[in-house]
Amino acid sequence: MKFGKKLLGLGVAAAVGIGMTVSSVAINSAEAGWAPKKPIEFVIMAGKGGGADKMARLLQTVIEKNGWSSKPLTPINKPGGSGAEALVHLNNASDPDHTIMVTLNSFYTTPMRQPKLGVNIETFTPIARMAEDTFLLWVNKDSGITNVEEFVSAAKAKGGDWIMAGTGKLSEDNLLTDFLNAAYGLDMKYVPYKGGGKVAKQLAGNHADSTVNNPSEQEGFYAAGTTVPLAAFTDNRLAMFPDAPTFGELGKDFVYYMQRSVVGAPGMSAGAAEYYQKLFAQVFASEEWSAYRTKKSLQGDLLQGDALMSYWMNERDVHEAMLRKMGALD
Amino acid sequence: MELLGNLADGFFIAFEPLNLGLMIVGVIVGLFIGAMPGLGSVNGVAILLPMTFLVPPTSAIIFLAAIYYGAMYGGAISSIMLGIPGASTAVATTFDGRPLALKGEADKALIGAAMASFVGGTISIILFTLFAPPLAKWALAFGDHELFALMMMAFATFVGLSGDDIPKTLFSICIGLVLSSVGLDIMSGEPRLVFFDIIGFMHGINFLVLAIGVYGIGEMLWTIETTRGEPAMSKAKVSVERVVSNLKEISNTWVTALMASFVGFFVGILPAAGATPGSLMSYGFAKTYSKTPEEFGKGKIDGVVAPEAANNAASTGAMLPMLTLGIPGSPTTAILLGGMVIWGLVPGPMLFIEQEEFVWGLIASLYAANLFAAVINIGFIPMFLWMLKMPFSILAPIIFVLCIIGGFAPTQSMHDVWLMYGFGVVAFLMRKLDYPLAPAVLAIVLGPLAEPSLRQSLLISNGDITSFFTRPISGTFMAFAIFLLALPIIKAVRARSANKGSASA
Amino acid sequence: MKKAEIVMTLMMAAFSAYLMWKSAELSVGWVEDEGPGGGAWPFWLSAIMFGTSVWSLIRCVRGASLPSQSDEPFMDDFALRSFLQVAVPLGIALALIHVVGIYFSIPLFMIYYMRFLGKHKWPLTLAVSISTPVVTFFFFDIALRIVLPKGYTEPMFYPLYDIFL
Repeated sequence: MKFGKKLLGLGVAAAVGIGMTVSSVAINSAEAGWAPKKPIEFVIMAGKGGGADKMARLLQTVIEKNGWSSKPLTPINKPGGSGAEALVHLNNASDPDHTIMVTLNSFYTTPMRQPKLGVNIETFTPIARMAEDTFLLWVNKDSGITNVEEFVSAAKAKGGDWIMAGTGKLSEDNLLTDFLNAAYGLDMKYVPYKGGGKVAKQLAGNHADSTVNNPSEQEGFYAAGTTVPLAAFTDNRLAMFPDAPTFGELGKDFVYYMQRSVVGAPGMSAGAAEYYQKLFAQVFASEEWSAYRTKKSLQGDLLQGDALMSYWMNERDVHEAMLRKMGALD
Repeated sequence: MELLGNLADGFFIAFEPLNLGLMIVGVIVGLFIGAMPGLGSVNGVAILLPMTFLVPPTSAIIFLAAIYYGAMYGGAISSIMLGIPGASTAVATTFDGRPLALKGEADKALIGAAMASFVGGTISIILFTLFAPPLAKWALAFGDHELFALMMMAFATFVGLSGDDIPKTLFSICIGLVLSSVGLDIMSGEPRLVFFDIIGFMHGINFLVLAIGVYGIGEMLWTIETTRGEPAMSKAKVSVERVVSNLKEISNTWVTALMASFVGFFVGILPAAGATPGSLMSYGFAKTYSKTPEEFGKGKIDGVVAPEAANNAASTGAMLPMLTLGIPGSPTTAILLGGMVIWGLVPGPMLFIEQEEFVWGLIASLYAANLFAAVINIGFIPMFLWMLKMPFSILAPIIFVLCIIGGFAPTQSMHDVWLMYGFGVVAFLMRKLDYPLAPAVLAIVLGPLAEPSLRQSLLISNGDITSFFTRPISGTFMAFAIFLLALPIIKAVRARSANKGSASA
Repeated sequence: MKKAEIVMTLMMAAFSAYLMWKSAELSVGWVEDEGPGGGAWPFWLSAIMFGTSVWSLIRCVRGASLPSQSDEPFMDDFALRSFLQVAVPLGIALALIHVVGIYFSIPLFMIYYMRFLGKHKWPLTLAVSISTPVVTFFFFDIALRIVLPKGYTEPMFYPLYDIFL
């Protein structure tokens, strides 16, 4: 590995010369446009092994593989408090130029539900929306259900004993479950689990009756024929699941996406923001990323700068209205 | 026969020069990462994941699996040498590993750990090879009720683990469980027990913070005080005779190793359970059926063999649901799963059909990595023993530094370092008053598994507690747990009546 | 010892009560459609903690527990001195990490411990306390890319990052 004895010797030599070189290095990089001076803290607003984590590590891998950043990105998971910990960490970042974060929809809902945090997402630096993840309604093959109609009548028959597994109270899955309950007059019981993978397993093992997973969480079971998608919460049918209609086609006008974006700490300098925007635009255009997007049925174009900010503001209003309807906000 | 052919093909893949080289490097890197308190296999795999894009997927997963195995072996090293579990899977190894090291028998403990790990790994790979698909179905049958029943069984197995002071033991278990519930409550979506609104409590209290506090800082303060500054840790020597006599003694523990391997493997394949409950349970079992249970905790080699065989068996077991179902059985396999996705492999039932070369290459390399890990580990033992010979006043500050870094590394937050320091000081004071602290550390590991499964089951069954007993798998576990809980009472009653009998005779 | 145990059990009882109060911020009973409330688990366990603390207190007063039977002082002079000599400087070292970072705080702590507590000679002391952070830097910051805290000394590391990352 890299940490041989040779390196050690070099390190000692380098340490001796620290003081003398500091000032000159700083000046050099300032002239040639902004570039990172130290490893970039790459905060992940979710736990290890989840969808956001996998994507963040892929982004990091693509950047490192192509050598697009002179300093490495160091991923740190901060899943605490539905992302509250990550948001506060960014808000108080001691070095905003070297702190960026992979974020999802809790970016809107967590500051709303925990006003005590003092986080205002308008102050954050928009870098890039890399994709929008989709949601579908899933059931186990053993249930024999093949379309939404059958799903509704089965769920109605079971009433409050119909179990919908999801990823946490008031999470995206919970919003979708509430929508289904309201739209079809159901009374499904929402049972929260930690992480989409566990939710998918509950369905595959017949411990839950239905879920609203992302394609990436269910693809293994789907490929094996264990689970079936009934309908998609998207604008158009997904190429991967051509037999699953959209809810729009079924007369229920409801679309919902999960953003997969990169955001910079508040107070990031204009030069640094430009650097990261260029970096992630490069990643977006890369072969690896577009292959991943196709495979995971990811939607949504690249959004950057002001366009991304106005997208956030719009989404924030949408989520606020949804949470209000659920009675989760005072 | 087809199985054997597949496996043979797998071995050809595993022994390609590139893969073989990666395996050896991986084992060594893993060994050192695992030996560092605070860093375990999950860190090693997560950190080195991006480096694996340089090689084809099969080689990449072989490399990561080697790190995984190396780290599992390495975890035992810091448990034995420093008394600080390097990862939650190695907690039970400290119970007897540390006393053995203090007695000057660190070499015995280290060799025992390596041998046991090898046995555990081997048995579980055989089980894996023979029964992967049916076992995957069994794992899927595990719902919330079953998981909670399993946790009850884990608790029951170590009820008799610590001192005689019952109220203090209960207190210790409960405080561990309460501390494990700090942070976000996913069921209600609300932050919970965020003391004084300090944001650092939002991510909960990492098991390592408590473990390093108790076993690192607390243990050091205790050692400094009780030994009046310069502990007479008897130095282990290396000689051929010692090695032979050690091996003899270790080979007598084969029943323990076998039992622990099976327990570890079956607990390991359950999604979400992972290696930690498996190693704790097998320690408990080993103690329960031992003829001399009172020797456990004072430096009995069986107490090292059982958890080490189990945690290695479990780490192989945890690969099973990951490969066959796409469900990680442990945080480490979750990262491996992420890696497979990045390489373009879709884990799940189809993997065995579509990616035969990958699957059998991996299985064969697991086997080879296991062998290399055992050999390399034993090769490093003299070096570790040499480190133990350092004067205590040099070793002590180094251990304190390792504690600080170990507290920081998993979450990269100074909040956790302060918390660890606080736990250490309080643990030292409590220990002086005869509070057993191992139950608290175990409870904080199992709490996050036990609590949600209890609540999810109750929610699903509308608060009906009998549902734990009426479901077949869950009911069996519950009955067994109750039997284990009742065992000490039965023993006590028997002992008393026997005493009476002899007194009257 | 007996006095110390009484104080400890009382403190732990108080702590349990605080935990119960804190848990009660969330529902501790049965919530419709949610099962047991978010506070139920910690609340009832804290209640058990409170109970066992009272139990320990009673045992202690009756002289049934081990520490209450011991006549030794909880901390004799040596114990108190060695405790303060180690625990307090360790706390100071942690505080210093926030200011000068781990790579200056650690050597200071090691020099203190080895030279002033361990009475080792200066060359050995310096060799160990300088080589430890150097090895740490290459293992964590460079090889594993776990960036350890550096406080206000961060700019001094920029050239090192330039060379090795």
